[in-house]
Amino acid sequence: MEHFFFGRLGWDDIAIFDIFRDPTASNIVGSSAGWLAVIGGVIVAALLLIKGWWRPLLFTWLNTTDHKKIGIMYIVTGLVMFARGVAEGVVMRSQYVTSYQGGYLTPDHFSELFSTHGTIMIFFVLMPFLIGFMNLLVPLQIGARDVAFPRLNQISLGFTIVGAMLLMISLVVGQFATGGWTGYPPYTGVAFQPGTGPDYWIWSLGLSGIGSLLTGINFAVTIYKMRCPGMTFMRMPIFVWTALCTSILLVFALPPLTAVVIMQALDRYLDFHFFTNDLGGNMMNFANLFWMFGHPEVYILILPAFGLYSEFTAIFSGKRIYGYMSLVIATMAIAVLSFTVWLHHFFTMGQSPTINVAFGVATMLIAIPTGVKVYVWIATLWGGRIRMRTPIIYLAGFIFFFAVGGYTGILLANPTINFTVHNSQFVVAHFHNVLLPGTLFAVLAGIYVWFPKFFGFRLDERWSATTAWLFIVGFTFAFMPLYVVGLMGMPRRSPAFDDPSYIPYMIVTMGGALCVLAALGALIGTFVVSAKRREALAVPGGDPWDGRTLEWATPAPVPEWNFAFIPEVHSQDAFAVEKSKGTVYDIEANSYEDIELAPTSWIGLTIIVFGTALGFAMVFWMWWLAILSGLALLIHAIGLGFVRDKGEIIPADVIERTERDWIAMAQQGRFTDRRDEVSTDNRGFAARISEA
Amino acid sequence: MTTSTANANSHPGLNLGPAHGQAHKDAETVVFGFWIFLMSDLVTFAMFFATYAASIHATAGGPGNADIVDVTSIGLQTGALLISSLLFGIATVAMKHGSSPRSTILWLLASLAFGLCFLGLEVRDFIDAAEKGAVPMRSGYLSAYWALVGLHGLHVTVGSLMILVVCVQIAIFGFADDVKTRVLRLGLYWHFLDIIWIGIFSVVFLPGLLT
Ligand code: HEM
Ligand SMILES: [Cu+2]
Repeated sequence: MEHFFFGRLGWDDIAIFDIFRDPTASNIVGSSAGWLAVIGGVIVAALLLIKGWWRPLLFTWLNTTDHKKIGIMYIVTGLVMFARGVAEGVVMRSQYVTSYQGGYLTPDHFSELFSTHGTIMIFFVLMPFLIGFMNLLVPLQIGARDVAFPRLNQISLGFTIVGAMLLMISLVVGQFATGGWTGYPPYTGVAFQPGTGPDYWIWSLGLSGIGSLLTGINFAVTIYKMRCPGMTFMRMPIFVWTALCTSILLVFALPPLTAVVIMQALDRYLDFHFFTNDLGGNMMNFANLFWMFGHPEVYILILPAFGLYSEFTAIFSGKRIYGYMSLVIATMAIAVLSFTVWLHHFFTMGQSPTINVAFGVATMLIAIPTGVKVYVWIATLWGGRIRMRTPIIYLAGFIFFFAVGGYTGILLANPTINFTVHNSQFVVAHFHNVLLPGTLFAVLAGIYVWFPKFFGFRLDERWSATTAWLFIVGFTFAFMPLYVVGLMGMPRRSPAFDDPSYIPYMIVTMGGALCVLAALGALIGTFVVSAKRREALAVPGGDPWDGRTLEWATPAPVPEWNFAFIPEVHSQDAFAVEKSKGTVYDIEANSYEDIELAPTSWIGLTIIVFGTALGFAMVFWMWWLAILSGLALLIHAIGLGFVRDKGEIIPADVIERTERDWIAMAQQGRFTDRRDEVSTDNRGFAARISEA
Repeated sequence: MTTSTANANSHPGLNLGPAHGQAHKDAETVVFGFWIFLMSDLVTFAMFFATYAASIHATAGGPGNADIVDVTSIGLQTGALLISSLLFGIATVAMKHGSSPRSTILWLLASLAFGLCFLGLEVRDFIDAAEKGAVPMRSGYLSAYWALVGLHGLHVTVGSLMILVVCVQIAIFGFADDVKTRVLRLGLYWHFLDIIWIGIFSVVFLPGLLT
């Protein structure tokens, strides 16, 4: 069945036709999802052509090296994939509702669902969200005009999108792996899964991993080398600290993933024996390597989220963050400790009790700095003048969920308890309980807080708050019951169950899942409604929440060059201090200078096109296409060394005009009382202008 | 090189421009980034080393380490790689002290030649091993062996290609600042591969020689 042109791709692989071949419930669901992707793609393409949007897409977005636009594209990628991930979650829950001695999905289809769901949520939702926020905020918060390597930044985004594309393609052509997001061999080896599934897993993780690694390098360098004058380490905003730790984690934790993916590929493609059952292969090597990446990965996801919480807790309680130093130490401690606990993911796989105990204790140690953080947020709120805006709703939900998730984590870190709840729904409850409120809530709240900064208008308060409540209620009902069924012995990743006493719980969680779906709808509604009211919600002043750090000292939306002058800071929370002194917007402006922007580039698009082609070709054994696209990438990479283009120069008078207009506006701008900040009075001027 | 201006221009490094000039500042960021990349690459190698160490006894009855090590060849490979590194060093010194681009290119090409010698010997070893039935498909041990040594070989291949590319760039652009920092980074990479090789030598080949 191998063909020169199409490799092992045959008609039977086109999953969207399954519905006609064999219209079982399972196939209807699978094919419909595929058709949705195809139709969605067609609609987007049609809109691009008809409305002429392909022009801005190509020439202001895809070729940009501006960290703000790249950040936005990361977050949009995450949102699109989030929609698919949530839909899959709901389908899985509906399976559980019906799967008492039955279920309407085939076991394989169910396994594919939890595999793509986990992979998507971790790698193509939360990672892009957080890297997106790092892109948006880090340069602004350290007073820089861009990241250290703008073009590399675009390359990273390109690789991330390649991974997401491969996952979307797997919906339509071929089949994704059924081995979970962790892809454990030997089950994902050729002997058990000769099809395309694990190969999709290999290439989407492998290629997007390159992007994440490069991001780590880029941001480590940016934070070490690009801070503005006066921005010592101890004056950096907490978010920058967490971004730094995340970058370091990316640099050190991605290589194990790369290694394990390469080895798994060698096993599958060239018949090596790293992880096979026979001829000296050893699956435990996989488990160790994978979790040496996997555990730090969860901190890669959670640390920047902690950073976001720290930032807006301070903003919305109108206080400086309590215990800055202890937050910094806690962040660093978590980053270091996260490398010492990987083995708690396989307590039950046969190592000695001594080793289990050592790793159990190491795991529990992480609870200490994490606890410090929670206390610091509470202490920041304490005695503050708290404004109950949407972010604080998320924060409240987060603190509650995270406490529960944290306690159950400590339980899981105890090897003896772990043996009884291992691979049960208890674990599912635990990780959803920490990951979702931890990271997702931070990001959703972050979108609310920083959206006005980059788009120039606020999000509608009522819709935002409703979204927040729906997520909180939804997650409560969707995941809390899983602790109970987990303790009752219900396994995870099992397509059906035999104990009728689970049924009521399954119904409750189904309700929760639908509520989460509604929340997703409300999130989309928020964007639509706010965009319609954009005039009323506009905040050109750029400081709608009385912000504290440097990014709030720029107009909204932020001009391409970020700062007309590179700021100089003398304290933490530099902008807040200036506002309190009344010296803000006081620019003795005589010497504006031309600013050179980073050159635009097409390498990102090249990577998206040829990287996806490469991955697809490798999955389907179309060697000619793999070689061609690999060569195209190589040639482009070498060619890059020979271009020496200059970026666009923004002339000094343009900058001066923009800046003066903004200052003039700020000086007439109406100061809004913090209590009225969600009214349409709020034009983004938090401080009365140097009247003092 | 005794005048004061010459001294100001010959502080350690690659003489990118006057001390603490813009070229230096630019180089600092790029080179720092490259160091971080190398650290990360080192971790990748560490993972392959660890897998190798964990698979030493997983020979599944097939050839073991002692059966595939060819002392002479390993000795020659080590020599070739170290000499290549030395020549690369000379090339950068030539560049630093203002030799002509042509002589720098020649040194680089000499370095490349020794790198290719290394690769040739390595490929020959692999072919020999395959003829003895020590193919990577034979056992977990051999998979780990081929992957670790092969990964290093792949790095050397990429480095060789980059030396060629850099030579072309010098020929076209002369000693432009960014070309110079590229040579600097490539040098770091090339010497880094020596360190990895010493690791492979001590972990993979030495035990085989001693048994
Ligand atoms: C940001 C949001 C979410 C993230 C990051 C996330 C993450 C994950 C991960 C990593 C897994 C593990 C997959 C595996 O076991 O291999 C998983 C499983 C699962 N998730 Fe989610 N998830 C999210 C949202 C949801 C939602 C909203 C639902 C339901 C409405 C849901 C339902 C499930 C179910 C049913 C499973 C399978 C559990 C099992 O039996 O193993 N998830 N999720
Ligand atoms: Cu862990």
